Amino acid sequence: MVETTPGGGAHSAALDTFPKLLLDRAERYRDAHAAREKEFGIWQSWTWHELAEGIQDLACGLAELGFQRGDKIAIIGDNRPRLYASMCAAQALGGVPVPMYQDGVAKELQFVVNHAEVRFAIGEDQEQVDKLLEIKDACPRLETIIYDDPRGLRKYEQSYLFSYKQVQEMGRGRREKDPGFFTAEVAKGSGSDTAIILYTSGTTGNPKGVMLSHDNIIITARNSVERDGLRQEDEVLAYLPMAWVGDNLFSFGQAYVAGFCVNCPESGATVMQDLREVGPTYFFAPPAIYESLLTNVMIRMEDAAGIKQKMFGYFMAVAKRVGTQILDGEAVSTKDRLLYWLGGILVYGPLKNTLGLSRVRIAYTAGEAIGPDIFDFYRSLGINIKQLYGQTEAAVFVTMQPDGEIKPDTVGTPAPQVEIRIADNGEVMYRSPGVFQCYYKNPEATAETKTEDGWVHTGDAGYIDEDGHLKIIDRAKDVGKLNDGSMFAPKYIENKIKFFPQIKEAVAFGNERDYVTLFINIDLDAVGNWAEKRNIPYASYQELAARPEVIELIQENLRKVNIDLAADAHLSGSQIRRFLILPKELDADDGELTRTLKVRRRIIAERYAPLIEALYSDQRRVAMQTQVTFEDGRTGTIKADVELRNVPGVAPVAKAS
Amino acid sequence: MPGRDRSNGETLLEVNNVSLAFGGVRALENVSFDVRKGEIRAIIGPNGAGKSSMLNVINGFYHPQEGEITYKGRTRKQMRTHDAAAQGIARTFQNIALFKGMTTLDNIMTGRNLKMKVNLLLQALYFGPARREEMEHRAFVERIIDFLEIQAIRKTTVGRLPYGLQKRVELGRALAAEPDLLLLDEPMAGMNTEEKEDMCRFVLDVNEEFGTTIVLIEHDMGVVMDISDRVVVLDYGRKIADGTPDEVRTNKEVIDAYLGVAHD
Repeated sequence: MVETTPGGGAHSAALDTFPKLLLDRAERYRDAHAAREKEFGIWQSWTWHELAEGIQDLACGLAELGFQRGDKIAIIGDNRPRLYASMCAAQALGGVPVPMYQDGVAKELQFVVNHAEVRFAIGEDQEQVDKLLEIKDACPRLETIIYDDPRGLRKYEQSYLFSYKQVQEMGRGRREKDPGFFTAEVAKGSGSDTAIILYTSGTTGNPKGVMLSHDNIIITARNSVERDGLRQEDEVLAYLPMAWVGDNLFSFGQAYVAGFCVNCPESGATVMQDLREVGPTYFFAPPAIYESLLTNVMIRMEDAAGIKQKMFGYFMAVAKRVGTQILDGEAVSTKDRLLYWLGGILVYGPLKNTLGLSRVRIAYTAGEAIGPDIFDFYRSLGINIKQLYGQTEAAVFVTMQPDGEIKPDTVGTPAPQVEIRIADNGEVMYRSPGVFQCYYKNPEATAETKTEDGWVHTGDAGYIDEDGHLKIIDRAKDVGKLNDGSMFAPKYIENKIKFFPQIKEAVAFGNERDYVTLFINIDLDAVGNWAEKRNIPYASYQELAARPEVIELIQENLRKVNIDLAADAHLSGSQIRRFLILPKELDADDGELTRTLKVRRRIIAERYAPLIEALYSDQRRVAMQTQVTFEDGRTGTIKADVELRNVPGVAPVAKAS
Repeated sequence: MPGRDRSNGETLLEVNNVSLAFGGVRALENVSFDVRKGEIRAIIGPNGAGKSSMLNVINGFYHPQEGEITYKGRTRKQMRTHDAAAQGIARTFQNIALFKGMTTLDNIMTGRNLKMKVNLLLQALYFGPARREEMEHRAFVERIIDFLEIQAIRKTTVGRLPYGLQKRVELGRALAAEPDLLLLDEPMAGMNTEEKEDMCRFVLDVNEEFGTTIVLIEHDMGVVMDISDRVVVLDYGRKIADGTPDEVRTNKEVIDAYLGVAHD
């Protein structure tokens, strides 16, 4: 089978593994940049030729150290070109890289290293090496540890510890003796070999090792590269964890397929500055990053001179009115076009430049729901930000939004060669060339997730809308039913509510109840600011949360949510009937949130059971008392008299018309 | 625990019978101790014990009335600040003394001052050798920035930085002078636990990577016991103990004077 890639040239089926792609890229794009890294304040770069040479040295060095076909190599550290290179080096020898989360503690590492039967490990620096040394005794199979950055490691004398440079040095010796070794090893590989094992964190139990083949990743990458027209000249910034499947696709899979350049930031703290310097053309970020970029802009605009603020306000209004239409190629009046063009020179251009997004052709977001305001803000500036829906088990791409068909609340249509169906219980299922081989050493979990004929359970509930776009509502196991039989999707409702800056956290109740009710946590900064401007005095979170003005503010927000919900035929029954503002902030120290700040429904429902009962009664007020844990570990009690409010309902749009 | 034998036995600095008085106040009385090359030497003591005065004597800021100092084999009655700097002594201060309006990068560049050889005119014109020199110094400063992991604040004005980071920048500036002897005056004061841990690691790394001899004043006993090779204890301007952390910890006089009387 011969296909043409956007990078130009024939793409034969012989290029079915990453090492084979590497050798081809080193010929085809010899002097084009493959990787960049900022070090000592200067961007250092590697061409495809240099990259391939370095990888050959490393691979041959690993072979000298006894690396065998089928061996696993753990990779742990920030995004570094040399760590990406080590993935390909291991693959060239028929090995399997196992990237791990760089901030994982030794105990977490130990599980993965043992479960994956890792013999070799590459750590970025002393921090990672220390962790690996700590678990070494508990990991009998782990033999060799290699590090990239030698700082602080000078006095380490373990015989099994090598620097990346030392290994490459050994490799050069091997290459002189045995020049055909590398190409012969590469030729032994085939597309059905396992290319990588990615451990997914999982909310319960131990992490599972998702095995993806070269075919899984290369075919998926090729399909997505073609769909979005990615090309060799593109630039990406590699800043999300290497252990995450998205980074493996964006910064490794697609980079090898399209031949574009992967830029690694100087450090985790400099990502935003590096983003600005690199100016990527293809960019991925989770919603939280887009949100914080926008917040920074707004804060800085408030400090700007009056005339600048006016200009910004005026042209952002223009962009809001016509920006997304222009981006989607719809008809817009000549006057508005002219204004938008002027705004581009005066506001949008400089703004995009400050954000580091002026060269972006395609930007993606995924992982969480993105606020429609945030989404529209970027699109109205002319930044083509789109949503996709993906999973580790699918080598990322399940659905993606096609250009010109962008809706803030759906995740798009199926990616090329992906089939989608909705199971009877509302769960989304898919089948694609990217579907993983299996969970490593876990046939039960594999059988639970993947059917005999290759369909994968996503665990997410959703439906396909009238335009064929997939809409994800909630985790399938969290979706319940109201007493009248209509669907109740708590997280969907909560996400909608949390888009209001005044609301920090929301917990929805309604499963097997007559109607939906809510606990609210207000955002102390946002509401505090709002209160100060209105001369509303308060001394604490508890006091502010009990102010009638604040309760009315929240009530008004919830009324808007109800209007939105009424417009959705599937969810109009989920309108919010009653709510209260909790007198304390939900806190991970009290066990109410997980450490990653996700709501723990069950614990909250137990602890605040009297409040929930009050929400399902006619009471106007309820007295409550609860324990809190302070930061220093002491505990105290909060007593409060909490007000309950009703929210006006809205007639469902479908029924009204 | 890293080995406690960082020094190679050679003496870098010797303080002999130094006494310092401000009018009637005796800040230091007949204090003697030595600092070996490559070690981390701590000076501890209650408030007003004369610790900072001791550092000021070493780098020539105060001139003692009695006693003498031997540094790199040369004995003198007193150091002069410029001499001290030229001889490879650098320091940080208890109250941060950075140029608040300048960036991190520029502040650290000022630490290269003594290493700049080209004349002022060429520097101002940024021409020829001046340009080459500036590039060399910048490269050196970038290594320090990388070492201290402050890349993200390279171009940030120092006045806008939190205290812990300012302390780090100040250490950076001292390192820029490529010192043989580094004097740190309470490098961890006012820091939270995490910042302290970071700073400890940097101090140990400086000592290990560059072989810099370090004399530090610190109040956090945990820190002192963890990272120093030998400890001098001052009380009311007098030396009351001198030895390894373990020796000092169990010294009766020190416990009474400084750590409080043990109850068990």
